Amino acid sequence: MITVENLTKRYGQFTAVDDISFEVQPGSVVGFLGPNGAGKSTAMRMMTGLTPPTSGRSTILGRDYHALPNPARHVGVMLDAAAQHPGRTGKEVLHLVGMTIGVPKTRVDQALDVVGLTPAEAKRRVRNYSLGMRQRLGLAGALMGDPQVLILDEPANGLDPQGIHWMRQLLRAYADQGGTVLLSSHLLHEVQIIADELVMIGRGRIVAQGSKAELLGAGGTRVHSLDNDALANALQAKGFEVSGDRSGILVKASPEEVGRAALDAQIVLTELHTAGSEGLEQLFLSLTAADSREPQAA
Amino acid sequence: MTAVLDRETSHLTHERPALGEVKGIPFTRLVRVELRKMTDTRAGRWMLIVMAAISLLVVTINLIWGSNADQTFGTFLGLTSFPLMILLPIVGIMAATAEWSQRTGLVTFTLEPRRGRVLAAKNVAGVLLGLGVIAAAFVAAALAQLLAVGLNGVDADWSMPWKVVLGFVVAMTVFVIQGLAFGFALLITPLAIVASILLPTIWSIVAGISERLNSIGAWLDPSRTVEPLMSGTMAGEQWAHLGTSSLVWIGIPMLIGAWRVLTREVK
Repeated sequence: MITVENLTKRYGQFTAVDDISFEVQPGSVVGFLGPNGAGKSTAMRMMTGLTPPTSGRSTILGRDYHALPNPARHVGVMLDAAAQHPGRTGKEVLHLVGMTIGVPKTRVDQALDVVGLTPAEAKRRVRNYSLGMRQRLGLAGALMGDPQVLILDEPANGLDPQGIHWMRQLLRAYADQGGTVLLSSHLLHEVQIIADELVMIGRGRIVAQGSKAELLGAGGTRVHSLDNDALANALQAKGFEVSGDRSGILVKASPEEVGRAALDAQIVLTELHTAGSEGLEQLFLSLTAADSREPQAA
Repeated sequence: MTAVLDRETSHLTHERPALGEVKGIPFTRLVRVELRKMTDTRAGRWMLIVMAAISLLVVTINLIWGSNADQTFGTFLGLTSFPLMILLPIVGIMAATAEWSQRTGLVTFTLEPRRGRVLAAKNVAGVLLGLGVIAAAFVAAALAQLLAVGLNGVDADWSMPWKVVLGFVVAMTVFVIQGLAFGFALLITPLAIVASILLPTIWSIVAGISERLNSIGAWLDPSRTVEPLMSGTMAGEQWAHLGTSSLVWIGIPMLIGAWRVLTREVK
């Protein structure tokens, strides 16, 4: 379990992380989402004791990171898969981790096996690894200590679609076994398929937070019918907000409410579903846009 | 793909330790890990091999071109001290800066967040490795003495007062620690190497120009303050000289370095 309370980091005038609070419960995957430079990595470095916070605190399993006697036995951390000595082999990197935290040598091969690096790949030097392979190696390193908690910064970065699918399965299974996972990403799609909950930050502040169902459901319902105009009128008559285009209409209502309205108006529906990530996508894009506009305004 | 986390075989499902049962990382293990890190890359290994080879090179030159009177174990060993004075700080620097130049500190300091222990382990490991290089110098000197007897027909002269042997080892170790201190203070490998070679050299040159600086140099020039150690002529005043120069060239950078390593943000 990870608890973050009012965590703040200032660099002079610049506030990188601004009063963020959230929790990650055992058995769940929380996606830490935000555009590049939003403060995700800084927040994660504060959680793992690499960066001292300006104020606020974070605990893992109820303890300050520095107070964990052998942290890697409880929390697996991967903050930057590229931060490896290029001259070491993948196997040697894991061996050093295992030696430091005191786990049996056999754990190296187990961890390699879990992340799908072959013995031949493990003997190659990290210099010759693709970013995807480095991510797998980094994840293997985080898993070495058999931890209850995982903190992963951009773990899907550089993975191919098959690799992302694999990581999703792995983290899902890990959380289902009672593990606690916090992972960051700057790609909404990447996270929304893995995470149970989302914490979205922009310019250091939390802008949206909650279960995936809550956040994604907020987008309303998308519907398509044989007579969209008539349906739109019927929905507006019931007081729902309607917007639309040729491909269908977007209604600020639940699918059930829309279905009943269509039934009452005797209109045949050809498509009916929650608008999904559209609302979140909009929020995410506006965050990114606001960030990218900033330098011009300054 | 779900088979990767099969309950029967996955290490994730068993042996999960309770928070109260896990002990901290023993210091000796940290030292062993640091030693391994210094020798498990090609760069690290070759640096040590080259350093050992340079000692061999120096004694070989004396073996071939030196006068017969100079073909003693003591002379051979003394000759190795010149390259070692420059090379041993580099051993220390490499040990101190590696985590920052390759960014592996991100892993190291999350595995052991009590950075002071890592700092101490690096110091111990650096000195141990330095002692290895010093031992190689002894071996090279001994080999040269044997060859001198065999090839040049000189009488073997193994005599070397224990004070000189000990002084040699201590002096060389001082240079390793100086490298460590410079490495921690600067945290950038090339910068630390240049600084550790240039600063004392500039000092020696400047001291040669001014009489007044020359007298201060007796207290502050590390190449001069360790000299009595290697000739076995340490007395009260020499110890004061060595202590003062060590304080300036080791104590101050080590303090700055410790402060930087302990407080710096790891990125």
